[in-house]
Parts: sequence; structure tokens; C-alpha cells
Amino acid sequence: MSLPRRSIFVPTVLAFGFAFLYVPILSMMFFSLNNSSLVTVWDGPNSPTLKWYVKLLNNRPILDAAWLSIKIAAVNATGAAVLGTLVGLVLARFGRFRGRTLLSAITTAPLVMPEVITGLSMLLLFVALEQWIGWPSGRGVTTITIAHITFSMSYVSVIVQSRLASFDESLEEAAMDLGARPPRVFRSITLPLIFPAILSGWLLSFTLSWDDLVISQFVAGPGSTTLPMVIFSKVRLGVSPDVNALATIMVLIVATGVVVSAVVMQRQERRRQREVQMALASGE
Amino acid sequence: MSRQGRLAIFERYAQRWGPFWNLFYRFGPPRWSLLLLQNGWGRNLVIGVPYLWLTLFFLIPFVIVLKISFSEIRIAMPPYAPLWEWVGDTAISIKLNFANYRYLFSDSLYVSSYLYSMQVAAISTFFCLLLGYPMAYGIARASPAARNLCLMLIILPFWTSFLLRVYAWIGLLKNNGVINNVLMALGIVDQPITMMQTDFAVYIGIVYSYLPFMILPLYTNLEKHDPTLLEAAADLGAKPAKAFFRVTLPLSMPGIFAGCLLVFIPAVGEYVIPSLLGRTDQLMIGRVLSDEFFANRDWPVAGAVAILMLLMLVVPIMLFQHFQGRELRKPS
Repeated sequence: MSLPRRSIFVPTVLAFGFAFLYVPILSMMFFSLNNSSLVTVWDGPNSPTLKWYVKLLNNRPILDAAWLSIKIAAVNATGAAVLGTLVGLVLARFGRFRGRTLLSAITTAPLVMPEVITGLSMLLLFVALEQWIGWPSGRGVTTITIAHITFSMSYVSVIVQSRLASFDESLEEAAMDLGARPPRVFRSITLPLIFPAILSGWLLSFTLSWDDLVISQFVAGPGSTTLPMVIFSKVRLGVSPDVNALATIMVLIVATGVVVSAVVMQRQERRRQREVQMALASGE
Repeated sequence: MSRQGRLAIFERYAQRWGPFWNLFYRFGPPRWSLLLLQNGWGRNLVIGVPYLWLTLFFLIPFVIVLKISFSEIRIAMPPYAPLWEWVGDTAISIKLNFANYRYLFSDSLYVSSYLYSMQVAAISTFFCLLLGYPMAYGIARASPAARNLCLMLIILPFWTSFLLRVYAWIGLLKNNGVINNVLMALGIVDQPITMMQTDFAVYIGIVYSYLPFMILPLYTNLEKHDPTLLEAAADLGAKPAKAFFRVTLPLSMPGIFAGCLLVFIPAVGEYVIPSLLGRTDQLMIGRVLSDEFFANRDWPVAGAVAILMLLMLVVPIMLFQHFQGRELRKPS
């Protein structure tokens, strides 16, 4: 869409918006190289230094918590990808069935539900379950993982649903016409088509879990301290330079990952379009 | 599309992903599960498994919260009295205790926390829209390459830790933080401005953390607009501003609603941002709930706080589901 006259307003706001998004992150990265422990006071003569990174890599509790968070996030992402894909498939392709409205309501509600409510209700469920059937005994990694899967699967289902909405059902119908049974259709047609969506759902679930503080805090037990909990207790006491170093490492890893996956996905999407065109050309 | 055309696509996909799926199926579900799937059981199974999960871990917990909000506190583990008890062998006595709710309305702390949370969420949502709308508009009108880059730049911070992004603002806003240092070095102010632990800091934190949630639905909406509508408006003599207010803005209403709800609802219950940046004399309701639960160990009152918060948010949540459902049904 083009406007008759180009106004200066929109580009200005856009530039301001991006500055707003990135200045805090860049300043955090910048001060991670600062020698002074006063974080925001630049100690010129002795900086830049990597001493906070060294300190961070020798900090056992932080490393343990990070490793635990990675494990929980990976299990959560896998579980959420499976369940979320099922929900997305059911809502997008299964037509009407009894209880569809309820299913769609309880999958979109976790997207906006305030975390304190989800966290509290989960914890009370686990406590009640333990009273009734003795499982889960105590709270810890298992309960955190279950809680994370429950809210992450909503995100996966939304991504899968919108991917499915962008394909019409003609491919699946064609496979059915050719005699494939539903499981076979799913395996050979639907799954490959929505695979990029499942993959981005997996990644999103991973970061959601990796990032979650509030819900984890409710359902965690002794010995299951995740990285956000460690960071939160440090940050509550004020800024500390090794948190800046940690943030920098995380931002760099994520940025690399996002850029690489964006490039790969774009390339695949382009190839897919080319193949569709070629197939169309050869078929007609 | 012709049969052969479809078949060709089908075969290409089978070729590309073939080895991967063969591997998956070699170690995947055994044969009998496929047999089950073929006999109509599959459909029920596919619907049933996630349904069961969400009912058990999302729906039932709310019933339990509701139940506990009506019970009495007691010093034990778990710290609440059961709602019903067997009296003798034949009768059940049910004690519904409304004291927790009465308590919430009798103490001005809770009422003011609810109102304050709504106010903070509403103001932050407004500023989010004010900043997000022109950004989404600019991105929707950029060239495809610039558009992809901008979208990636919007999403990128969202992938990094939320907690650390809020933390970053402490370094900027505090009295000897970056903003005050720059302002004083430039001679604009001589005294540092107090920005931490103010409403301003919470607004900044919420706008900053939730901006992508505002921009993305708006962008999805704005990108679909038909450019000929604006041309027609221009042909009919409308100035750009008028064309915007009469054509673009009304058309983008669904996006505005979706974005605002996506920011407003979670912001009401926000816990991390006000804890790190916000006032200490006026708490938001998310913080009150968590204090009741962890510090006071009063689970019934915490339950009542949660139920009331949920009641306040029921209408916005249902509106959100309405817009979300419409968005997902519509092929892009």
C-alpha cells in the first residue's frame, strides 16, 4: 500500500520504537564489559574486561540452575509440540464434534491468563492430587514440566492452526482419493506440511519454559531451582554485573539462533513455492 | 489443480521427508496403534488425549481454587480446612465460608490493588497502542525485504529472557543509572530524577515487554488491507489523514482489539515488572496474591483473590477468544 504523500511521522515512530526496544539490551551488553561493580558507572581505565564472564562461568549455582532449566525446557517443548499439534489438527481439520467450543476455549485461555492465576491453580491441583492419589509426591521438576507443557501447548496449537489454515485441504483430499487412510495421510501429507510450524512451536515452547518465573515459583519444590528463580533473587537485590554478562550471553545465543532459523525457513519456504509452481506446470 | 499436479507435490514431499519419517516410524508407534487409528478409534484418541490433559491440568485446577476460596484457613499442611466432612456415617456437612470474600471487600488494601492494577494495565495498553500502531503501519507498508527484517527485529527481544529485559531497565532508570548520568552530564538536570519505583517505571516496563504482542496482531491486520481502498478515497478527494481515519482505522479495529486484549489481560496480573520496577506503597494485585500465598501462607484468601481477578477478566478473555477464533478460521 502506498500513501499519496510520504509523511515523516511513521518512519520517526518506527525508529523511536526500535531504539526503545534495543537501547536497554545494548546498554546491558555494554556494561557487562565494565570493570566497576557499580554496573552503570563506566570505569574507563580498566575496561573493557571479561572478568564478569569468568566469574559467571565459575558460579556453580547459576550453572546448575541453567542446566536444569535447559532440561525442563527441552522436555516441555517436546511434550507441548506433540499435544499442541494434536489440538491444532483437531481444531483446524476435524470439523464439528461435541465439546469443540470448550476445547478451543481452554486452549486459547492460557495465552492470556495472568501467570499468578495459572501458577496458583496448578499448585493447588498438585497438592490436591497428592492428597487423593499420592501423585505427584512433593513438587519439583515433574510438576514444573507439567505446568509448562500446559501453557506452552496453547502456543503450539495456535501456530499449527494458522499454518493449517493457510493450506486448503485439497492435498489431503487428493491423498485420500488415491486410497491413503487417515494415518497415512497425516504422515505423508499433513505432517510434512506443518513441520515448520511444529518446529517453531517447539522453539517457542522451549523459550517460554526457559523464561518462566512466576508459574515455576508456584509449582517448584526444594531442589528444583530454575535459572529465572536464581536471576530473580539476585536482581531483587539490585543490579549486578554478572547478571549483565549472563544476559549478554543469552542474547547472543538467541540472536544467532533466530537469525539462522529465519534464513533457513525463508529458504525452505521459497523452495516450497518453487516446487509447487513446478508441480503445477508439469501437471497441466 | 489436476490430479497429476497434486500427485507430483505429494511425491516431492514424500521424497524430501521420506528418510526422516521412515526413521521415525521404525522407532515410532507399533503396528497395533495404527490399526486402532484406522478403525475410527484414532479420531477419538486424537481428540481425547489433549482434551484430557487440558481438563485435568487447566480446567479442574480452577474448580479447586474456587473450592479452596470458600474454605477456612487452618494451621496444617495443606493449610485449609476441608469443605465437606462426614458427620457420623450418613450425613455430610458442607461449610461454605464467605469470610474470605468479605475480608477482601472490607480491607481497602485489596480493593485499591484491584483498581490500581486495572488502571496501570489500561494506561500501559494505551501507550502500547500509541507506539505499536504506527510501527505496525510502517512495517505493513515497507518493502517485503524490509518488512521481514523489521518483523524479525520486533520478535527478537521476545525470544530473549523477559526477566533480563525488565532488569535492563533498572540499569537505565535508577538514580545513578544511564539516563540520569546522561542527563546530568549534558547539564539538563542537576539532581537525578527519581524514576525507579514509580508508576512511570511500571508503564515503561509493561509497554516494553508487551510491545510485540501489540504489534503482531496489528501488523497481521494492516497487511491484509486492500491498497485500492485508499486510492479510491484519494480519488474522491479525501486527504491522507481523513482517508486514514475513515478507511484504515475502522478496518483495523479487529487488530486493535486483539492487540489491546493481548496486552491488557496479562498486564492486570503482572507480577515481575511491578516487583522489580514498581512502587512499594501500592501493590498490584498479582503481587498481593503471591504475598498472600507465600508470605502469609493464607491459601484460602489467595484463592479468593484469584477468583475475583478471574471474574474481572472473564469478559476481556471471552472477547479475546472471539477475535482469536475469527483470526484462525480465516485463511491468510
